[in-house]
Amino acid sequence: MATTLNGEQAAPASGGSLFDKIWGAHEVADNLLYVDLHLVHEVTSPQAFESLRLAGRGVRRPDRTLATADHNVPTDGSKVAAQIADHLSRVQVETLERNCEQFGVPIYSIGSDRQGIVHVIGPELGVTQPGMTIVCGDSHTSTHGAFGALAFGIGTSEVEHVLATQTLQQRKPRSMRILYSGELGYGVSAKDLILGTIGRIGVAGGVGHVIEYAGPPVEALSMEGRMTVCNMTIEGGGRAGMIAPDDTTFEWVQGRPGAPAEPPLEQWRQLRTDDGAQFDTQVDIDASQLSPQVTWGTTPGMVTDVTAAVPEPKGENEERALEYMALEAGTPMQEIELDRVFIGSCTNSRIGDLREAAEVVKGRKVASTLSAMVVPGSQQVALQAENEGLDEVFRAAGFDWRSAGCSMCLGMNPDTLAPGERCASTSNRNFEGRQGRGGRTHLVSPKMAAAAALEGRFVDIREWA
Amino acid sequence: MNPVAKIRGPISVLRRSDVDTDQIIPKQFLKRVERTGFGEFLFFDWAKEPGWDLDPNPILVTGRNFGCGSSREHAPWALEDFGFKALVAPSFADIFYSNCTKIGLLPVPLPEAEVSSLMDAVDAEIDLEDQVVRFDGREVPFQIDPETRRRLLGGLDDIGVTLQSADAIEAYERGRERAGPVTTGL
Repeated sequence: MATTLNGEQAAPASGGSLFDKIWGAHEVADNLLYVDLHLVHEVTSPQAFESLRLAGRGVRRPDRTLATADHNVPTDGSKVAAQIADHLSRVQVETLERNCEQFGVPIYSIGSDRQGIVHVIGPELGVTQPGMTIVCGDSHTSTHGAFGALAFGIGTSEVEHVLATQTLQQRKPRSMRILYSGELGYGVSAKDLILGTIGRIGVAGGVGHVIEYAGPPVEALSMEGRMTVCNMTIEGGGRAGMIAPDDTTFEWVQGRPGAPAEPPLEQWRQLRTDDGAQFDTQVDIDASQLSPQVTWGTTPGMVTDVTAAVPEPKGENEERALEYMALEAGTPMQEIELDRVFIGSCTNSRIGDLREAAEVVKGRKVASTLSAMVVPGSQQVALQAENEGLDEVFRAAGFDWRSAGCSMCLGMNPDTLAPGERCASTSNRNFEGRQGRGGRTHLVSPKMAAAAALEGRFVDIREWA
Repeated sequence: MNPVAKIRGPISVLRRSDVDTDQIIPKQFLKRVERTGFGEFLFFDWAKEPGWDLDPNPILVTGRNFGCGSSREHAPWALEDFGFKALVAPSFADIFYSNCTKIGLLPVPLPEAEVSSLMDAVDAEIDLEDQVVRFDGREVPFQIDPETRRRLLGGLDDIGVTLQSADAIEAYERGRERAGPVTTGL
């Protein structure tokens, strides 16, 4: 069989899917895609703006561009960039602010009540809408596909290209549908659904593909849950993940600041895969079979059921992973003791996530052997949580309640693991050193993280009370 | 971008698969606002491991799904700044592959068995014009999108190329652009 450009197996073209419809509506010319919304943050944009300046180019559509500061911001409540203690982080945030001012790009920087993780604030402001093409210099842009949008991450050269032309040179990726049957069991969440999926398809299973998640278990998910699923598409190698919009989506979008006064519901309802549409790859998963998931290694695909044990390593990569994680094959996952718990990130920091975690935590105490933190995804999420008293629930239990940002998902700000520390994290990547050099990350759902914080080790949330 | 045509010379080998961009260039180096100077931080943590040996040869040969994870273009920048001009692997992560082609760092996918053979070779020649990798007296073809190849061979500026379609973009905006959202009106 022929291979495609990056070495993956090729398959015939498809037609009539949600992806096809959005792609077709945005093709300006062959392999040139119009971008409806370009989200920008401080880490992957400075070189793009600088190149624009050097070439004497401007931003073609500031009105389709939106910036925020998230990766580098401290979560200590600092209100202006000048308060950021780390010199390089401060310069990067200030550079973003200056670039946005110079090029006329709207920005919610540190101190704004609309600041937050770029993939949290897009949907929250209602600028993420069904049928759009959305890009951002961040691999977790796939999150926005939860609204029936085609959304994917790009590099800095492409950020510059979109700023200058509002288009992207892009070959049409292949299509994959992951069709879920059954229903998620009690205590099994969207996070478990996607971790379990990546465990099955592998971290390169989706390479070269746009993935549509479909079936009753997906339709039953809240928008927060759908965002969690689409968010981690990239951890399975997928270019983008998407879910057909429905009433759940439309209700969520309506009334938000960027949403249309009269949503074109008739049009939005057309955004679904037609019967008989072809996909290059089809995967079927019975959601009823899924248990709460915990990763044991250094890729999101190294994952197992909470009721299982650390598996025997297969191959050099897994051996290396176990060594890095300081785990032995055969150890029950529920015997793994933790030093830290992190609830946050673009995967699981929305109000629904925090409510789920708070429900577990309410009236209980964090284990004396560990420290735990909650980092809301945006200032709006923080405000909402505070209005509902969730911050008090977490604080009373002994959690550190922080302000919004990417925080310990990638540890670019001061929130990091110390070498050797073991963390239950609601984030998306358990790569070596991701949360801090030498740190050991286990990915879990918000409920599982909350329960782990109370017990000091992993527990099966289905049986825990 | 400088034109890419033939890349010839000794190879470096990294026998690992699913190498993520966090390993290629860890987060603490993403705070810089420049494009240059990342080479000295390439594989920053792994480079401290005993037995680590990676020379700045023109060609890096490595395992499947290279460059997975974060979209950071700092990863190709670091590889290129370190001295690599081409990367050969059984497969690459999508965003990483695209990022490489934007800066003239040539990603070359070859079948797994060919990559294994190449790892045992001393040097190689990658010919973008002919779309082949030559080593040990053999020629192995590789695939690349014709348009990407044309841009690499010509060292063309992507934005300049797209702006030749400015009329098509304007026509799209006049006739087909969706209404909103307007980010400047929130």
